[in-house]
Order: sequence, then C-alpha cells, then structure tokens
Amino acid sequence: MSDRIGFLLNGAPVSLPAGTSPTMTLLDWLRGPAGLTGTKEGCAEGDCGACTVVLEAADGGRAPINACLAMLGQMHGRAIRTVEGLRGEEGGPHPVQRRLAEADATQCGFCTPGIVMAAWAQAREGGDPHEALAGNLCRCTGYRPILDALAAMQDDRAPPPVLPVAGTACFTAEGQVFHHPASLAELLRLRAAHPAALLLAGGTDLGLLASEHRQRPAAVIALDAVPELQACTGDAAGLSIGAALPYGRLLPWLDGGLAPFAALLRRLGSRQIRSLGTLGGNLGTASPIGDALPVLLALGAGLRIASARGERACAVEEFLTGYRRTTLAPDEVILAIRLPRPAAGEILVCEKLSKRHDQDIAAVSGAFLLRVEAGRVAAARLAFGGMGPMAARARAAEAALTGAPLARPAFEAAAAALAQDVAPLSDWRGSAAYRLAAAQGLLRRLHWRIARPDLPLEVHAL
Amino acid sequence: MTAHPAPPQAAARGMGAALRQDSALKHATGEARFLDDLPEPPGLLHAALALSPVAHGRLAPLDPAPALALPGIVAVLRPGDIPGRNDIASAGSNEPLLAEGMVEHAGQPLAIVVGMTRDAALAGAAALRPEIAPLPAILSLEEAIAREAWVMPPQEIRRGDAAAALAAAPHRLAGEFRAGGQEHFYLEGQIALALPGEDGEMTIHSSTQHPTEVQHIAARVLGCPFSRVTAVTRRMGGGFGGKESNASWVAAAAALAARHTGRPVKLRLSRKADMAATGKRHPFLYRWQAGFDGTGRILALDATLAADAGHSLDLTAGVVFRAITHALGCCDVPDVALRALACRTNTVSHTAFRGFGGPQGALLIEDVVHRVAGALGQPPEAVRARNFAGGENGAETPYGQALEGALIRRVWAEAQRDADWSARRREIAAFNAAHPTLRRGLGSMVLAFGISFGQMHMNQAGALVHVYTDGSIRLNHGGTEMGQGLFIKVAQVVASVFGVDVDRIALSATSTAEVPNTSPTAASTGSDLNGWAAHAAASAIRGRMAAVAAAEWGVPAEEIAFAEGQVTAGGNRAMEFGELARLAYMQRVSLSATGFYRTPDIHWDRAAMRGEPFFYFSYGAAAVEVAVDLLTGEHRCLAAHLVQDCGRSLNPAVDLGQVEGAFVQGLGWLTCEELWWDAEGRLRTLGPSTYKIPGSRDVPPVLRVRLLEGAPARSETIFRSKAVGEPPLLLATAVWNALKDAIGTDRLDAPATPERVLMAIRGG
Repeated sequence: MSDRIGFLLNGAPVSLPAGTSPTMTLLDWLRGPAGLTGTKEGCAEGDCGACTVVLEAADGGRAPINACLAMLGQMHGRAIRTVEGLRGEEGGPHPVQRRLAEADATQCGFCTPGIVMAAWAQAREGGDPHEALAGNLCRCTGYRPILDALAAMQDDRAPPPVLPVAGTACFTAEGQVFHHPASLAELLRLRAAHPAALLLAGGTDLGLLASEHRQRPAAVIALDAVPELQACTGDAAGLSIGAALPYGRLLPWLDGGLAPFAALLRRLGSRQIRSLGTLGGNLGTASPIGDALPVLLALGAGLRIASARGERACAVEEFLTGYRRTTLAPDEVILAIRLPRPAAGEILVCEKLSKRHDQDIAAVSGAFLLRVEAGRVAAARLAFGGMGPMAARARAAEAALTGAPLARPAFEAAAAALAQDVAPLSDWRGSAAYRLAAAQGLLRRLHWRIARPDLPLEVHAL
Repeated sequence: MTAHPAPPQAAARGMGAALRQDSALKHATGEARFLDDLPEPPGLLHAALALSPVAHGRLAPLDPAPALALPGIVAVLRPGDIPGRNDIASAGSNEPLLAEGMVEHAGQPLAIVVGMTRDAALAGAAALRPEIAPLPAILSLEEAIAREAWVMPPQEIRRGDAAAALAAAPHRLAGEFRAGGQEHFYLEGQIALALPGEDGEMTIHSSTQHPTEVQHIAARVLGCPFSRVTAVTRRMGGGFGGKESNASWVAAAAALAARHTGRPVKLRLSRKADMAATGKRHPFLYRWQAGFDGTGRILALDATLAADAGHSLDLTAGVVFRAITHALGCCDVPDVALRALACRTNTVSHTAFRGFGGPQGALLIEDVVHRVAGALGQPPEAVRARNFAGGENGAETPYGQALEGALIRRVWAEAQRDADWSARRREIAAFNAAHPTLRRGLGSMVLAFGISFGQMHMNQAGALVHVYTDGSIRLNHGGTEMGQGLFIKVAQVVASVFGVDVDRIALSATSTAEVPNTSPTAASTGSDLNGWAAHAAASAIRGRMAAVAAAEWGVPAEEIAFAEGQVTAGGNRAMEFGELARLAYMQRVSLSATGFYRTPDIHWDRAAMRGEPFFYFSYGAAAVEVAVDLLTGEHRCLAAHLVQDCGRSLNPAVDLGQVEGAFVQGLGWLTCEELWWDAEGRLRTLGPSTYKIPGSRDVPPVLRVRLLEGAPARSETIFRSKAVGEPPLLLATAVWNALKDAIGTDRLDAPATPERVLMAIRGG
C-alpha cells in the first residue's frame, strides 16, 4: 500500500494520486499534470535555472531549487512556490515581477520566471547578488538590468508556511519503490534490506537520471527526512555535519578558520544546487572533481558511517579508494562528517579553477593546510581535485614544503614536486599540461598569500 | 553597475520612447506562452531524433525493430518515409533531413521516432542501433585546407597589388591565429508543433526566426505546395541566428511525423540533442602577411580567412561574405588580397550567429594592428587610428563602399574620453609594476558594421495593418520576436503614423498566412525592414482616413493631422481616431492595407566582388580594462565603456539592452565559451554544465554604455534610426585585445580561456 506524496504548492496542500512515479521530476509534474507552465525547462541538468522554484521553510527561509533535478518523492512534506504563486497585494503581479519588467530585465523572457524566483528568494535571504544569480543563465540581457532590479528589491514579508508533518513514508508506482524514512533506525533497516536501492541525498547528481536520462530507478531511499543526517553541531575543535545537510544550511557554520571553505562552497554549483546538495552526496559519489573533497582531505576530516550492524569511523582519506569508489558497504550510510577546525597557527587556503568563476565544475581544485612556526613550514597538507582518478593528497609536494623556510624557493620546489603526485587527464575542462601548470600556479599563489596578505591575489578580489 | 539616463530625444510614449519589450510583465509572471507552454491538442504525439554517434561513415538501412518493440512507439520514420524531397538546404541543395547512405557528422539525424509520450519517443530513439561503417573524417580546418575540401569555391576581394606592396613595404609581419565557434544557447531549445488539417494542410507552430523558410522546407519535405503550409511564430526564447535555418528542419521533421501519423506532433529537442544536431558560429583559422611603415600605416595585407563550414553549405556563403567584407573593420589598407575559404569538415553544419561572420572578420585586422603595434612599440589604438578609414587615408572599403571616417573617429574619441583612457593607462602601468602576480591590461575596439542582407533579394519586407471600427489597430509583419524588442519598435512606428498611443496596437504572431514571402529576422534588419513596411501599410490607411476627414470637414487632406488619439484640422475641427475609423467604414473605405518595403540603392557584383552591398554602416567603440592572474590564467573584465551608434534610436531602452546583451555574448565567445570536440569528432560540451556562457559575475562591474547622440542616420532609414542587433557584439573584441595587452603576447587564440591565457603566458 503506497503512501501519497503530499506537499504545499503555492500555499495550497496537494496530494498526488497513488501511482504517480515518485522519481518524476518536479518540473515535469508542474508543466504537465499541474498545468503550471510558467516554470521552464532550459537544460534539464540543473545549470540554467529556467526551472527555478523556491522551497519555503517553516522558519521563513527561502531555498531556490532546480525543479528539473528534484524528484517528486523528495518534495514530500515540503512547501513549494512557483512563479504562478507570486502575487501582489491586490492580486496583480508581485513587486519582484514588476521590478524586473520595469528594469528592462527581460528580453526573450524564457529565463525570466526562474530569475523571478531566484530574486524572490534573494529578497529575503540577501547576500551577494552574483551568488543569487549564479544559478540563472540569461543569454539576452547581459545581466546588468537584472542586477539593478535585484539591488532594488525588498522582502515582501510574506509569512512562512506551516509545513505538513511528514513521517516515514513509502511511495510506490509501477516498477518503483521510493522509501522516505523519517528516522535513522528506519533508514538503516531499509538500507540493509535494500542494498541495491539508490541513496538519494540532495539529488543534484542523481536527479540527472530522471531529468536528463529519463530513467525510472526501481528503488530509492531518500535521506532528507532523517533528523540525524540533517543535524550540525560544533565546538572549538570542529564540526559534526550531518551527511544530508544541504550546503546552504551548512554555510553559516563555517566561520573563523573555516571561512575559506565557506568561500569555496559559495562557488559550488549555485544556490539552487546548494539548497539540495550535500557534503554526504559529494563523498558518496566520490567524483575526482568533487569541490569539497580536497578540503576534507587537507583538514583531515573523518566520517561516521552507520549500518544496522553498528557504527564505524573512517578518515576521508581512507574512504576514497578510486574513481568514484569508496569503502562504503552496501548496507551502510554516511552519518556525519567530522570536520576539524584549523588550529592556531594553521592556515587554510581553498582554491578552485574553472572556465567560469561561478557555477562551473573545477578543472583543478586545491586545499592547503599549512602550519607555520618560526618562519618555517612546520606541516603541510596539500590536496587536489581534478588531478587524477580521485581527489588526493600531494605527498611529494607536501614533503618539499615541510620543514622548509617560508619563502619562495620552498613553494617552487613544491610546485616542481607536484608533477610526481598527479596524473591529470585531458578533457573539455582542461588539458593535462594546463592542469599541472595551473595546480603549480596555485602553490605559487599560496606563497604570495602568506608572504603578502595585504595584496589582492585573485582577479575577483580586485 | 550604473543607471543609464534616457537619451534626450526620448519622448514619453511615442517614437523614440524607451518603452518596454511588449511582453515584459508577462515574462515575469510566467503568463507569456512559449511554444511548449501552449495547451496540447487532443491526440498529440511526440517525436524524438536518433542521431549519429559517428562523424563520417556508410550507413546501412536502419532497422526500426528495436524501437518498435518498445511500448508507446507509433512510428519510426526513415528517409524512405519522406513523401517529398529529403532536403532541408536553405541556400544550396542536397542537405538531407535524415541521413541516407552516408553520415557526414556526429549528431546528424538518422530517424524520427514518434511516440505516445515524449519519454516513449526518446526511449525509442535511444534503442535504435545504427550500423555505420566508419570512414576517415575531416575534423580540422588544417586538414580541410590541405585537402581543398570546400562547401563552395573560395572567395576573394582584392584591391591594388598586395604582393607588390608587401614586397615594397618597409616592414613585414606574418601571423596565424584561430577563433572558436559559439553555441547559441538560446534558453528555449528548438521546438515545433505540427497540426495536420484538411486537404493536406499543415499548420506549424515553430520557434523560428524565419517562418517563410519553415513553410518552404516543410512543403519541400512533404511534397506539397507552399500554400498548404502555414508557419506561425509568436515568440522565441532567444534565437541569435540559431533559429534562422536550423528551426526549419526541426519544423519539417515535426510536419513529416504529423503527415505520416495524421495526428498533431510536437518535436522538442533536448538540450543535448539540440547542441549535437544544430550548427554553431563558424570557427575560423587566419593566416596573414602585412606590410607597414614606421608610422604604423598598414600598406598591404594578404590574408586567408578559413571558415569551418561543417559538412554542408547552409548559410556559409553569407557568413564568409560578411567575414571578408568586414576583415578590415574600420581601417583602410590600400593594397589588399582577402581570401575566404569555406572548409568542409565532418562537423555539424555551422550557421548564422549574431554578426554572421562579421565578428570573425573583424578579428583579422585587430590581430594585424596588435602585431604591428608590438613590432613598432606603439599602442595598438594608435596604430588602429593611424589606419582609420577616411581622413588622410582612403575612405572606401576594398569592395568599393564608402565608410564614414568622421563617425569612426567620433565614436573612438568618445569611448576613449568616457574611459579616461590615458589616466587608466598610467594607473595600470603603476599597478603592474608593483604587483607580483596580477596584470591589468587595456583594450579597445572600433567597429564598422554593414547593414543589409548580403543576399540582395532578401532586403524586402511586408506588413499587414487593420484598423477596426472602434479605432483599435492590429499589426502584423514578417519580423519575428525573439526578445530583441522588434514588436514594440514596429508598434511604435505604427502608433506614430496614426498619432495614437502604442497600447492601441494589438501585436500578433508572425504568420506566413498573413504576410507571405518574408525574409528571416536576421542581419540586424528587423526594424529597418519591417518598420518601413508597417509604416507603408499604416500610411496607406492613414491617407484614406485623412481623405474621409477632409471631405467631412471640407478642408484639404494635407491639413488633417493625427496626434494624441485625435484627428484634427486647423484649430477647430477634431474627432477621436475611432470616430474617424467608424466614419470611414460607413463610407465604405478600406481600413486594411498591406505595406511593402525594399531597401534602395544596394548592389553587389558577384563576379567582380565589388559593389555597395550595405544600406549603411553602424559604428561603435569600446574601451575596456581586464585583469589576469599570471599564475593560473584566470582573468576578468573589470570595466567597459561602450559607445554605439544607433542613429536616432527608435527605442533607447531596447537599444541599450541590445548593446549590453551583445557585448556580453561577444565576451562569452571570446573568453569562456569553448566548444570541445573529441578525437572522433563528437562534440563533448553538450550542455551548460560543460559549455559555459557568461554568468552575472562575468559582466564587468563597471559597464557604461552610451548610445551616440545627435547622429541621425544619413541614409533614409526608418525615422533615421540604425540597426543594433549585431554590431555591438564586435565591441567585445576589446576584451580579447585587453587580455593580449595584459600578458604581452603576440598570439592569443579565442576563446581565451584561463587555459589559453596561461599557456600564452608560459609561451606555449
């Protein structure tokens, strides 16, 4: 007996008919059965933002998401607002909609509904306007009028929704079962019983199966309703981050010495991606270009991994074993990430090189943790992504730095040694030669970051 | 970001007013319907394409069985199912809709699979297993040149004796560089909905810049007269040239499926299929030799511009024509030989893209100027100015059309002043001397862009205007709305003729049934051509209405005035516009008229490669600043000051949007948008996750755009305005120039990705 997927849509409760595929994308459902065609499909891969809708949280927060990547089962218990759900006080267009129109911020208009929703979220959430727009491509305007409109927007003070209570549920459709456990015990039981089921954290990677590849996975276990996986706690030594906590909700925790990690995560995908995407997902997919992985390696992060058999701890470095391979057993889930803070005297630097600054996948990423004592590099942990089959530490480069005087020759030596550590590929993100040269450049830049903290050292700092 | 004051000529509501795009608010509320948003007709079927995974090979007849075995598959259409001709060529011939016997590029359509649902059709297409015996493929321009593989004969524009002038020149340089292609990345992908009717009729809703070509090619594929096919376009979610010829075959495929099944069929390409199967901006390879003197005067230029046409002609003839007619930009070179090669490769057939070869052409002279400047130790802008057409130099292009030297000098002087160029130069020098790892650079660009279709016959347009008896007005013309603001501009023209508010004009979808035999909305000519055609239609009605009023009041028709919704004569006679419309009807006077326009005074001699093919030139200038990280190749445009000549702007808000949007699109072409084909000739950047168009942060934080003031067009254009769609894309060339300035390199291929910049810094 299937439960029914239920959520709030533009403030009104919706209960989907039994038999609705739980892996149908929210976008397909909106444009099809719901008849709401204001939300557009531009790419079906979560990059263009034409399908942006907003998840309204009980605390009033607004999280824009790509409706093309979100599966209906994931939406259970959520509150969704689409462009049709924005109205002004007199029932006419919402001020956000008016302002964009009046600013000449639309030309062809196909991206506009998505930009409206990103802007509506931004009006409440605030922050860097480029960050708010990183997930929304516009091919016509050149963005200037959109940014002008964004700068003039104010929160409409609309009250938060009262979210439906969603307990453990299971949605079935022809040939499909979608588990939506609401407790850790239930999750571990399901995981043991269905080791072949796909674990769905944010779905920003897995969502492509449904969206772009039009597949209907047979079994899915969604992680978003398990409280333990959503928790974050912190102390002076570090953070314990629930594996399914979306990046967007992790960011406020990354303060002090972890601020460079926060700055990096603000370039991971877009707000839409960060509203759903999770650190656990980044680890689980174990992509060689996962943005967060070098940072976890440099900081010496550890994992808590759970199964019905019990719990175990594992360093991230041991967890990653190869190209998209990990030590996660078929009955296990990642419970939490233990992220140490840089200690006093330690410097954390996080780097990412891509063709476009925002919302691009790294050609090369790097994370460097240096301990400096008495003008020498007392310890160095250097980790790179995009430089081999998996994110990994650069041991030869580390050795070249460790113990050396904090001066340019040591970093030149590390850059030279790096060639022994890495085996990059050539592809559309960069040639092997470029990747090596650029990664060496990051080590040289590391020197200047320490030697000349007074200088802007990135073009985006100018 | 800065606000932009409206130019002084802007009136509140009429001609020259900064009115919004006609659908702006509907875009923002989601009410504006794009093709895929239309309510679906009962019985609708969906189509999907099977595409070739191989760049070149012999194709065995395709077995439909694997698709037909799947649930929900209605039909698998192969070349033999085409009742008319399997030919979707827009200009040449023999460009198949579905590959027959041979495949010529990866991504080429092989079959159309029709299903009950889109997912069924996609699954069916994916299930097909084409048998292709691979043949050697031509995958590079160098190889095509070596094999003399052309899609059309080389073209050449000559003046004087370039070889002799080169030999005699005090200094000589040679250069080679390349510019990549560009994916249009219209946010709305290609889509068509075909509805079969009675008596062999077919109505096709298409996201197209060229409804007439949709009509023609669908009729050719269906084997029916043009009169049986109606193509309709209300709006596109972006076009940029990508829906000039490519929309036609998508529409024809939908029409074929609709004819075959007798049911409505929608074909919406996935983003990946769209990027694999549709053409892009032509990549170019350039080789040149220049002779110059010690003052920087370029005396001779011999250059070859090789365009990657892909596997077929498509619109390449026009693209290379525009490339060689724009290869000297705003400059004069006395002795030139410019050759354009249209290379045939086993790649998707490249097509129109905003600028249509003009941006690629202009890179040539900019590269020469950069190198000459480097050789002489002069700034590039000084060398360019030394060679500006007009003044002490010749004013005629090598093909015999005069440029306006005064405007060239004026736009550059204004951009230089706006940017405070000399002060920036000093500040940048100081910064560069002090910073260990970052370098700033300055770059400029001055453009001269010829306006008119290179194909003379295409410079015509039609319009249809109805006035109803309540005084409301319906406007239709051959131009299509892709976001560029054409509909509001033409409505403003009609409103000004009738002296009414623009809100009185009802805009309607472009349709081959209303205005026939139209040209594509392309070559920046949309408002020039359709504005005049609509003006003619409205003026004809206005003339008839004026005669009615004159007779009613017993005054000469010349005394009748139309303004502010009123019709008046002298100071004491007035009636509402609608009242006069009703009176005209009662007197059995027609209130409907067609209008027609043909661009005057243009001509081209194909044999001599001479003439005056452009009605006029648009001019513009840019001064930009960039920063480069020497360690990583990362770079960023920090400031851009743009001056664009729009004549007397029909709508400064729309024109400003065109300038900004074109600049950023050009910035993408030259810096971050990289098409990456693998060794087997398959494009691997098939979506926005791998193909990176500019995002908001890539727009320079200082972006100041001015429309040139007090410069009405000298040609008799509509209200002395000038076209604006394409020219400002060339302004982004300043960014490429600035990057070269920052890193001090001779050669920097485009797109100048961080990788190319870093490798250029490292001398590789």
